[in-house]
Amino acid sequence: MTRLRICLVVIAASLVTACGGNQAMFNPQGPPARSIASLGWLLLTVCAAIYVVVIAVAAWALLRRRDDADGLPQTTRRLTTAVIAATGVSIAILVVFTVSSVFAGRGLTSPTGPGAITVDVIGHQWWWEFQYRDVTPSDFVTSPNELHIPVGVPVHIKAMSRDVIHSFWVPNLHGKRDLIPGQVTNTWIQADTPGTYRGQCAEYCGHQHANMAFVVVAEPRDRFLSWIGQQRQPAAEPQSDEARRGRDIFLQSPCMMCHTIRGTTAGARLGPELTHVGSRMTIAAGTLPNTRGHLGGWVANAQTIKPGVRMPPNPLDPSDLQAVLTYLRSLR
Amino acid sequence: MNGRTRRIVIAAMGAILAAGCEREVRPFQDVSASSSRSQKPALTQLFPGGQPAPSADESPYQNNAYAMAEGKRLFDAYNCSGCHAHGGGGMGPALMDDQWIYGSRPANIFDTIIEGRPNGMPSFRNRIPDQQVWQLVAYVQAMSGLAPIDVLPGRSDHMRYSTPENARRAETPKLTGHP
Amino acid sequence: MEEKALNESEERYEPVERYEPTPDVTADSRLREQLERAWYVPTGLIGWFSVVDHRTIGKRYIVTAFCFFIFAGLLAALMRIQLAVPNNHFLGPDLYNQVFTTHGTIMMFLFAVPVMEAMGIYLVPLMVGARNIAFPRLNVFSYFVYLFGGVMLVTTMLLNTAPDVGWFAYTPLSGPDFAPGKRADFWAQMITFTEVSGLAVAVELVATIFKTRAPGMSLNRMPLFVWSMLVTSFMVIFAMPSVVTASAILLLDRLVGTQFYNPAEGGDNLLWQHLFWFFGHPEVYIIFVPALGMVSSIIATFTQRPVFGYTAMVISLVATGFIGFGLWVHHMFATGLPQLGLTYFTAASMVIAIPSGVQIFCWIASLWRGRPRFHTPLLFVLGFIAIFVLGGLSGVTLASVPFDLQVHDTYYVVAHFHYVLLGGAVFPLIGGIYYWFPKMTGRMMDDALGKVSFWVLFLGFNITFFPMHILGFEGMPRRVYTYPAELGWGTLNLIASIGAGLLVVGGVLLVYNVVRSYTSGAIATDNPWNADTLEWGTSSPPPVYNFLHIPVVEGRNALWDRSEEQPVVVGIRSDCREVLVTDVMDAEPSNKCSYPEPTVWPFLCAVVTSLFFIGSIFTPWSVPAAILPLAVTLIGWFWPKSESADAPGVRKPLKDAA
Repeated sequence: MTRLRICLVVIAASLVTACGGNQAMFNPQGPPARSIASLGWLLLTVCAAIYVVVIAVAAWALLRRRDDADGLPQTTRRLTTAVIAATGVSIAILVVFTVSSVFAGRGLTSPTGPGAITVDVIGHQWWWEFQYRDVTPSDFVTSPNELHIPVGVPVHIKAMSRDVIHSFWVPNLHGKRDLIPGQVTNTWIQADTPGTYRGQCAEYCGHQHANMAFVVVAEPRDRFLSWIGQQRQPAAEPQSDEARRGRDIFLQSPCMMCHTIRGTTAGARLGPELTHVGSRMTIAAGTLPNTRGHLGGWVANAQTIKPGVRMPPNPLDPSDLQAVLTYLRSLR
Repeated sequence: MNGRTRRIVIAAMGAILAAGCEREVRPFQDVSASSSRSQKPALTQLFPGGQPAPSADESPYQNNAYAMAEGKRLFDAYNCSGCHAHGGGGMGPALMDDQWIYGSRPANIFDTIIEGRPNGMPSFRNRIPDQQVWQLVAYVQAMSGLAPIDVLPGRSDHMRYSTPENARRAETPKLTGHP
Repeated sequence: MEEKALNESEERYEPVERYEPTPDVTADSRLREQLERAWYVPTGLIGWFSVVDHRTIGKRYIVTAFCFFIFAGLLAALMRIQLAVPNNHFLGPDLYNQVFTTHGTIMMFLFAVPVMEAMGIYLVPLMVGARNIAFPRLNVFSYFVYLFGGVMLVTTMLLNTAPDVGWFAYTPLSGPDFAPGKRADFWAQMITFTEVSGLAVAVELVATIFKTRAPGMSLNRMPLFVWSMLVTSFMVIFAMPSVVTASAILLLDRLVGTQFYNPAEGGDNLLWQHLFWFFGHPEVYIIFVPALGMVSSIIATFTQRPVFGYTAMVISLVATGFIGFGLWVHHMFATGLPQLGLTYFTAASMVIAIPSGVQIFCWIASLWRGRPRFHTPLLFVLGFIAIFVLGGLSGVTLASVPFDLQVHDTYYVVAHFHYVLLGGAVFPLIGGIYYWFPKMTGRMMDDALGKVSFWVLFLGFNITFFPMHILGFEGMPRRVYTYPAELGWGTLNLIASIGAGLLVVGGVLLVYNVVRSYTSGAIATDNPWNADTLEWGTSSPPPVYNFLHIPVVEGRNALWDRSEEQPVVVGIRSDCREVLVTDVMDAEPSNKCSYPEPTVWPFLCAVVTSLFFIGSIFTPWSVPAAILPLAVTLIGWFWPKSESADAPGVRKPLKDAA
């Protein structure tokens, strides 16, 4: 009995730890995730109960004392009735599951509402490009690997891929949606509490699938709009000599062949846009904190951090590297 | 099995493993290719004594499928196709034919990319890292079929612009010296 | 017919002492001599390649499949070492991707399906009272094609050419642009090898089950294991062409430049997913349904009663086979397909739980009314019940689209399918190995060691895979070579890796038990378990001709319902390989047919086919180049034997054969 109790405690503890935390589906922070989590609790508790009952009946069937009445026809009839009853109960439970799933699914269709926005999600190997379109094309905002959304409104996601199949997934906010090259898929998310939520690619996409994460920042609408306004600005002018030297080195190095910094002559679209790289919470597709040290390591040799990633090593002189870092970190 | 048979089997397996697939290595960071080659290549086929200087014919990636695929990706990414189309040429000369103005050896192609050439080929020195230049060199050679067939890329996932590289006839390079 | 060497089982077989209490030369003795001569199994090097005996081929298949299982299991151990701690550097991303792809590919294509088919190849002819499997030469061909395809894939692992695109190889990641080199081509062609082999075996099993059953074994008297192999074989026949098509056109895209999976030119990436999963879902039932048959056999024997609800069990098996073809889109719930279609697949995925549930209930009823004998095979079946029911329930939750959208492609799915495949198929398989080992080898396995190995495997399995459900809820995706420390997944991953170590220990115990029992286990009698199916009505191991007299089956439990004066089949020649063909429904005798002698042509045809397949990875010219050699080997294979009244394939109407 004590062993059974220990087992139950371990199972309960692990279930509880599953509930908390970033990137956990049972820590919903918005309506679609909440609806899925409720459905999940229903399914899991009913299934757990079924499992306990079935195992208990099987154990009883195995261990019971046999008697001579076992061979009689009425025993066979009683067993038949039991099997039919169990099948009937199973069918009823499955019908309940199916109906509740269908209704939950219908409730997940993309809503519209005042203040709803649309974000284009473009998947690359192995980073995310979030694009906020506008009536004026020059006001488009591209934010790599960091998705800001206003709190409390539906955010319509239009998902596309530039290369292979990826999957956009923020467990705290909704289920996943695949990004399939050749077509546009749609989903939506909504966060009701301000906060930072981690998302990750959920469809195997090559070498660095494991490290293709992103961050969703849900903030009040005015903060969101001011963020959009700030992101619309071209790159900040460097204020120090070192930063100016860093910009020159950037524009004379392989960096400008892949990265855009709006307001300079660097306009390539292969890699993430760096116009406001200093303001990001993470770099390297959500896998490294945006600190000077991590940025330096990434710029110097991204291959040692994420082998196979598209960014080549950049063997700069140490002082040049420091200048570039100063410049990049000034781009808020 | 007896000792002699065992030794033969092990030697055979060792040979297979060694052959094994230079094609399939994924050299994510290749230090040897990241440093420039040791001497500038000749722009002619004439050498006293008939033999070219060593090291002009080495391409680190001629037998490497990953590098060739990366070269193909970079060819579009760095907009080489803006002048060369997908090998058929336009503003720039065609790359899938047998006419090589500045030489078809790997070091010649490397030099062309790094130094630039008259009449419009930009210099990519310090813009494209050496390892990526070697990947592009491998792909440029692939465009005229100058690579083993099992290493050549197949069709691309874009609109069809020409025969896939692995279906092209291998061209015999001719050094022309002029466009 | 000249004398041929006798097969190795003769060493342990003393005909006079086992069957004939008197040393007189009786009619049975003469019959035995004739049958041994007619159904000889050749020895020697050429002989090894010419054997057409189903038991020899079946054993080879089983051993080969378990070798692949051990290899893929070691790959899984490597994966668990890499994932034991966050940010580990044991395997880099490229190697890890090759390892997880090869683990899945070998387990699904080179172990799970072939081993189930192998058990069928060995057991089905014995269970239906036949002397050999139908199309014996095709059986040889299928084994060698499977062997060469498997060896090819394992060799790629040594050459840095192992596929790294996942066992399901979604395009465009497996297409020409994103999978450079030949890794994906080897994967795609391995599919062709294994599916050709699988289709061949399926065809043989259907023919054996439908047309060569012993008289009296009508369809409603067939053992449940035979029913499960019949359903499986039909599923193979309908499902495998889909994946062969998918992989063939992937090869065409990569090698020749077709545009099937290129959306820019009118193709579609979802085409791959539909074609693959139309096969992929029935594939898991192909793996699972034979195990259901094994469970029925073991429960019947170890409760000493027929399984409860035979008709319901048969209908459940057939229903599973049919419904299994209507579920495949549940692997694609996240791709943005229209909701009405997804609803249909939700309903179908829920419905398939019903036949499985009926089977579980019937087995529990069987355990209730029988008298369980707790030997190792029954322990593995009880482990199956405990594990499979959990896996089936997690599968039911996955049928729900909203829930699946959260747990799809996470470790919750990894947990689910290991519960249903390891628990639902491998545990019954291991129980089946313990159960049928005496029949196959003539020796008993060590029951005490078997029970220890069961508990180690059961505990190891649950410690490894139960935490993965939680990891899925915590957001850990699949197919990742590492994970960050700050998400807190480290503890459960470490527990899972420790459990994997236990699984390795259990596997070692199992292999040790097999090897030791093979050499020095207790000698087995004909029917050590007192089972009811026909294979236990002959010696252990069976003689080369399977049965001295083909019995006439008198009831659903062939041996338990056997009367004192059991009628046997007469009128079939015993001096050549003549067999009785019966009709489909009631196994009434219908005609006689000759089976082929040992021949080396199927092996040669398999060699040519394999070279053709491997060559076509590198050049399309392999196709025309293969035509002539293939034609030569096929002509050698089908060349008619010398003209006599007993030419093979000649059907002679019967006068009386019962």
